[in-house]
Order: sequence, then structure tokens, then C-alpha cells
Amino acid sequence: MLLISERINGMFKDIREAIKKRDPQPVQERVLRQVKAGAHYLDVNTGPAVPAEEQPAVMEWLVTVVQECCDLPCCIDAPNTKSIEAGLKVHRGKAIINSTSADQHKMDELFPLAKEYGAAIIGLAMNESGVPKNASDRLALAMEVVANADIHGIDMHDLYIDPLILPVNVAQEHVVEVLETIRQVKLLADPAPHTVLGISNVSQGIQNRSLVNRTFLVMAMSAGLDAAILDVEDDALLDAAATANILLNREVYCDSYLKVFRKR
Amino acid sequence: MSVQLVRERWNGSAQEMTLGRHPHAVKVGGESTLPFLHFEGSMPNRPVLALEVTDTSPQDWPGVLSEPYREVMGDPVHWAMACEKEGADLVALKLDSCHPEKENADPEQAARTAAAVAEAINVPLIVLGCGDESKDAEVLPIAAKALQGHNCLLGTVTADNYKPVVAACIEYHHNVVATSPLDINLAKQLNILISDMDLPLHRIAMDPSIGPLGYGIEYAYSIIERMRIGALTGDIMLSPPVICMVGEEAWKTKEAQSSDVPEWGDWKRRAVLWEAVTASVLLQAGGHIMVLRHPESLALVKAQIDDLMRK
Repeated sequence: MLLISERINGMFKDIREAIKKRDPQPVQERVLRQVKAGAHYLDVNTGPAVPAEEQPAVMEWLVTVVQECCDLPCCIDAPNTKSIEAGLKVHRGKAIINSTSADQHKMDELFPLAKEYGAAIIGLAMNESGVPKNASDRLALAMEVVANADIHGIDMHDLYIDPLILPVNVAQEHVVEVLETIRQVKLLADPAPHTVLGISNVSQGIQNRSLVNRTFLVMAMSAGLDAAILDVEDDALLDAAATANILLNREVYCDSYLKVFRKR
Repeated sequence: MSVQLVRERWNGSAQEMTLGRHPHAVKVGGESTLPFLHFEGSMPNRPVLALEVTDTSPQDWPGVLSEPYREVMGDPVHWAMACEKEGADLVALKLDSCHPEKENADPEQAARTAAAVAEAINVPLIVLGCGDESKDAEVLPIAAKALQGHNCLLGTVTADNYKPVVAACIEYHHNVVATSPLDINLAKQLNILISDMDLPLHRIAMDPSIGPLGYGIEYAYSIIERMRIGALTGDIMLSPPVICMVGEEAWKTKEAQSSDVPEWGDWKRRAVLWEAVTASVLLQAGGHIMVLRHPESLALVKAQIDDLMRK
């Protein structure tokens, strides 16, 4: 199970302030907490407060600051190609691009970029018309992504399909559709692409967020989820993921499995 | 019609362990594929074979086993030199004399013997305790000190006695054999406990306990295979190399012990084959270090490894 920390994001106040002042210290403190908690990747996002024209320079700064203090690779998260490329240029190791939609013009830009930089890439099961309501429409868009990735010579092991989860209080009926999409994505190609979800999205704006997040993560893992963008500092969430990992027989049990899960 | 080979993709590898000293150091493990599948990944080091020596004349070795060592038994230094001459990649010295129910020898004396053996041979040395957990916890640290600089493999340790032995391995730079009773969960847990003491995983060898051919070898096979697959799928706590105490188990069987069953074929040939086939099976499971007893089974298994390593 690939754990991608969601925390290095300008949506959070400490990171937003640090970006504003170009102060590496709060960012690096937060990074070290993600490393200690067991993250494998760090999702790096400048956040919406940075003006579009400054975003590439901020992304370059942010990726550099993050990798100055740890060996983890980044999941470079930006709405525009320029920012993503700015991050890739200074990145060490194998990055993940977050993300392309199933829109042709996005895929035509981002798959060549992934190829050029040897990066993995997240493909969203959505297009300009929005997030589909059911599993079959999500899968149709996922198939577009898979086919285009293949045309550009992207290895299926480097492709992560994100079926997109919406807040449960807004779109309750989407949850089962997302789980079904995870199951069926594995049938789209052989070898199959990976699947990823931004877990915290499911609980935006509701109470009991941690409980909802970990319940949903376990359900998604049971459907075959390979990777998650999540709050790695949520101990109960990681304990639930570690336990699901054991119960799904993805890893050999031992008494210290909770600790081992965070050691990768 | 050409047939396309199905290749498995792995994202992990086994730890590579180095034993002994330059220029006679031996490397084991480090592979990124299941055993001998050279088309699928790399297997940088061949599995290695040790011959067992005891620091006191063994009482329970049948005649066909003690025969090749007739002139050196009771003299561990010359016995170890004879094993090296037979082509052993390593020598495994068992400090049987320390057992409380046998000679209950002084640990200092056993450690001096171990140091003398290490000095007399070029190949790396494995030092095994007497099998009594509390005595081994006393003997092995003293042996570790006496063997400083030889980069030996010391053991075996269990979840109940690993602490003093691992501490000594760290202080005097040796490697440790972690043993578990045919239980992959306990094997993994013991690796975690040992690595929590800051001994790196590439300095641990896992002894899963084995059953010989005909006596539960399939359990050992399955556990070793799961260990190897664990390592290849990125479970680092299952990535240390695997050591199998083949001789000790194979020579306990009635097929190896019985001299008076002519319908089972020639005794010596049968016994040697029992040991060699046990090793051969465990090599296929993914074992890295085979501790054998008879020089002829060593030669047989060595020839097989030569064939299997040919790409």
C-alpha cells in the first residue's frame, strides 16, 4: 500500500504562510513529521492562494525545500502543466505527476512529460463535463486514460487511476460506485494500472472525519486500492490500513505489524 | 512457434550478507528473483555450503558419517581444515561441549577453540552454540569477543535469548542466526526485535527450522518460499538470507541411521542422498546457506548448484 502524505499543501495554514514568506523551516518541520509517520511519497501542492503566474516558481521552491530535508520522492500536484514541469525539473528520484484528467488536451501534454522525466502519473476518471455519477462512466474515462497512456509508452505500473471520491454528505451514492470502479479498473489492462484515492475528500465538511476516513480506506483497500493520498499523521487511520493489509493477506503477519507498516 | 516467457515483476530483493574476511570473504543473497530464474532477475551470489564440525566427538553420528572424519574427530582445528580441503565454502563449528547435559564445558575454553579454528582456515566460520538457550546466551558473546575481526556468523538465537548475543555481534562485528520454530510470523517478529537493537538486516540469517526429506520438508519449503516472496515483494523484515541446518536434520532420519535394511539400497549412498536431496529441495525453496555434514553430499549439491547457476 503506497502512502502519499497530503500535508505539504498550501491549503493548510502553516504551509501557506511559509510559502508567502519563502520560509523553508515550517515546511521542513512538517516534512519530517510525514517521514516519521511512515509516508512513502509527499504530495506537494502550492495551494490556491498563490497567483497562477507565480505557481511554477513556488512549486520549484517547494520541491527543492522538501527534498533538502528528506529522501522521499514527491507527488507533484498542480492544476497546470507549467507548475508540474517546474517541479519535475528539480525533483530527485521517481516523481508522481498529480494529475491528468481524461481530457485529450491534458493527456497530450502530461503523458509526454511523464515519459520525459521517467515519472509515474495519476489519471483522473473525469473530464471537462465533471465527475461521472456511476462506475461505468468512470470506467469509460479510465479506459481513455489507459489507452492514451499506452500510446505514449507509459508502463501500466507507472499509471494510477483515481476514480475520484466526493464528500459523503454531498454525494453519498458515489461511494459504492467508486468502490466498484476500483474493482473493475483491474480488468482494463494486463498488467493492470494501479488505483489511488484522495481519502480525506470523503469526509470534507462532516463530523467524525477520522472515523469516516479510516472506514472508507479499509473498504477501498478491500476493493483493491493500491495507493492513497491521506493524512499519515492520523494514527488510527494508519493502524486501520496496517490491519487491513494483514487481513487482506498482502503482508505476512507479525506481532509488531503496526510498527512495520510505518517502517517502509 | 516462439513461446514468450512469462516474467514476474518484483520490487524488492533479498539482503546481501558478507561473511569472513578479504580476500576469502563470501557473499550470499542479494537476489531479485526466485531461485535460479536468471531470465527474470539477478542472482548475484550462488548459494553456499558449509560443513559441520563439532568441538567434541559426536556420539550420535552413524558410522558412514563419521568415517570420512575418522582421523580428525575430536580435533576441531584439523577437522575444520579437512572440511575446507573437501571444498566447503564455510565451516560451521558447533560448540556442543558447552551443553549442560553433556560436558558443560567452560565458555572461555569453547571460545578459545573457536578462535583457533578461525585462525586455521581461510573460509568464513559459522559458530553455533550447544542448543541450550541460556548457556548459548553466555557462550556466544564470549566466542564473539574471541573471534573479533573474523566477521563470523553466530547463533542460533531465539526470541528468548537474542539480546546478549546480538549486543556482542554489534560490538565485535559479527552476524547472527535467528531461529524460529517453523513459524514465519515468529521469524519476522524476531528480525524486527533484532533490528530494533540496530543490527542491520543484512547481518541476520534466518534459520526457519527445517524438516528433512520425508519428515515435513514441505513445511520448511513453504515457509522459506514465503520468506523469499516476502523479500521480493518489498517486505524488508523478511529479506535476510536463509540458513538451513540440513545435516543435523537429515542424519537423524531412520533412512540415514539404519545400516540393516538392505532392501532400501546401499546404506552410505542412501544416507548421503538423503542429505543431498534435502539440501537440493531447500535450495529450490530459496535457502542461501546449507549446513551439511558429509563431504560427498557437499560434492553432489555443489555440482547441482554449478548447473543451476549456469545461465
